[in-house]
Amino acid sequence: MFLYFIRKLGVILPTFFGVTLVAFVFIRTLPGDPVLLMAGERGMSDERHAALMAEFGFDKPIIVQYGLYLKQLAHGDFGHSITTRKPVLEEFLTLFPATAELSLCAMIIAVFFGLPAGMIAATRRGSVFDHTVMTGALTGYSMPIFWWGLLLIIFFSGILGWTPVSGRISLLYYFEPVTGFMLIDSLLSGQEGAFSSAVSHLILPAIVLGTIPLAVIARQTRSAMLEVLSEDYVRTARAKGLGPQRVIGLHALRNAMIPVITVIGLQIGVLFAGAILTETIFSWPGIGKWMVDSIFRRDYSSVQGGLLLIAAIVMFVNLAVDLLYGLINPQIRHTD
Amino acid sequence: MSETTMQEVVERIEPVDDRPTGFRAVLAEFWSYFSENHGAVLGLFFFIGVILVAIFANHIAPHLPNQQFRDALLQPPFWEAGGDTRFLLGTDAIGRDMLSRLIYGSRYSLFIGCIVVSISLVVGVILGLIAGFFRGWVDTFIMRIMDVVLAFPSLLLALVLVAILGPSLINAMIAIAIVQQPHYVRLTRAAVMTEMTKDYVTAARVIGVRSLRLMFITVLPNCMAPLIVQAALSFSTAILDAAALGFLGLGAQPPTPEWGTMLAEAREFILRAWWVVTFPGVAILVTVLAINLMGDGLRDALDPKLKRS
Repeated sequence: MFLYFIRKLGVILPTFFGVTLVAFVFIRTLPGDPVLLMAGERGMSDERHAALMAEFGFDKPIIVQYGLYLKQLAHGDFGHSITTRKPVLEEFLTLFPATAELSLCAMIIAVFFGLPAGMIAATRRGSVFDHTVMTGALTGYSMPIFWWGLLLIIFFSGILGWTPVSGRISLLYYFEPVTGFMLIDSLLSGQEGAFSSAVSHLILPAIVLGTIPLAVIARQTRSAMLEVLSEDYVRTARAKGLGPQRVIGLHALRNAMIPVITVIGLQIGVLFAGAILTETIFSWPGIGKWMVDSIFRRDYSSVQGGLLLIAAIVMFVNLAVDLLYGLINPQIRHTD
Repeated sequence: MSETTMQEVVERIEPVDDRPTGFRAVLAEFWSYFSENHGAVLGLFFFIGVILVAIFANHIAPHLPNQQFRDALLQPPFWEAGGDTRFLLGTDAIGRDMLSRLIYGSRYSLFIGCIVVSISLVVGVILGLIAGFFRGWVDTFIMRIMDVVLAFPSLLLALVLVAILGPSLINAMIAIAIVQQPHYVRLTRAAVMTEMTKDYVTAARVIGVRSLRLMFITVLPNCMAPLIVQAALSFSTAILDAAALGFLGLGAQPPTPEWGTMLAEAREFILRAWWVVTFPGVAILVTVLAINLMGDGLRDALDPKLKRS
């Protein structure tokens, strides 16, 4: 297991350096030099320009600059936002819980509905239920989620008036964030109605963000289940006279879960990509919306920092999934 | 042993295969597998329909996509109260016919799909062939770069690339092509590596076939099946991603009747005029769904792993 871990790390470390290189190159491929970019429309004198170039180290050779950049990163310095002047890491960490909460709820919805749907579809292969689930899953997979979000807003907020259109909680409530998760904080605050307000704000974005993972999980569970159900040990279990619930629930499901867990883990990238769109539609104050806003504000140091941090999180989660996969399936540890 | 008996022995060892061969036979076999999947056939017909609509857009569309009718702003579809058969699916906020814009929009979506798939397929196949063929440090170098691209969520990387290149439809397509690149490289490399161990490649090497010919003419045709499936699936992803970029204001710019851009323009009217929001999304969803249905059918028909023997 340890060797497996080392091997995985051996792949991920060069990739991580590649990612830092992309983030580093990103700001230098932008038209105009970084200092002029910071000055914006106002412009600046040549002396001030040269002084700033020296201050940020932009006058040094490019390889030295990259070294300095890595050194900064090692000290946890991801640069400062050009618009708010705050450290990028600080802004990221303030907004991250909102995205984490949204993604987590989306994932819970996806797993809660996707797993059983895929399982039942597999055990009743060819039935009406199977066809319905598979058609629904392919539709979900093909869904432009930004449009799906707008439709839900039209229906649930516009016509039925059940849910608010944007934000994380009604402006009537205010409390200091403790965990950063609005659902937990609203409960902790003890204010009446705060929790239900948080839920009503969260439900639509979570459904929208969960749609594609839900479809992927349902499809993957079904095909993994079908594969397992045709295995010899399932036939043996049936021949022994075990009831269908025990065969499917215990023998088949445990083995079918291996690929499904991997797929669930790999959805992290999908969630971040989806969060960009979902948060924009619902004005959800998270990382995705922050990235889009930063691009439009030309706040490139925020974009650079955010890009790197998101990639790091995705890589970390993927590594964790790989390790988990190695843990539950010893075969994978010994093959490449 | 006399010569005639020798002849008999040879014939007994290699039974004569009188099934039709060549391109037509391959196509017939493919179709028999493909048509088993009714959804795939449905998707194919719909996709052909979209292609026809795109080609004949200027004959089918009742109006020009950017023509404004000042007397008919935000007019609902013809079956709603206040609707008019002049504008079957209603008009948008500045009086442009929705149906005509949707019809012209199909051109953009298909164009995006074609360009993105062509770029990522060609570059991806070449890189994948090089990696799988030469192995060693070249392979490691190419695959590490692909790992780096894959480390970013695709839409995020596309977004940042567009931020560098500047928002436009062409730049959005380039960005999406770059993001989709690694899938082709990985698939080609894996397929090449499997093929390289086979006897026919060794035989070709022994008789002195040069590398370039070996790569493109001997090996590549045998790696096509997974690539075709991937091309179909990435065609639909390209349409979705381009629409998403358009929606965020980083893809095609108004007044281009691109479906995602139309949605972005319609956003402020969602609670007043449902049709300006609903129809472009339906167009995206149905087109992407048709291509994905087709892709599933292609996979069933082409993927040797899943092929029923």
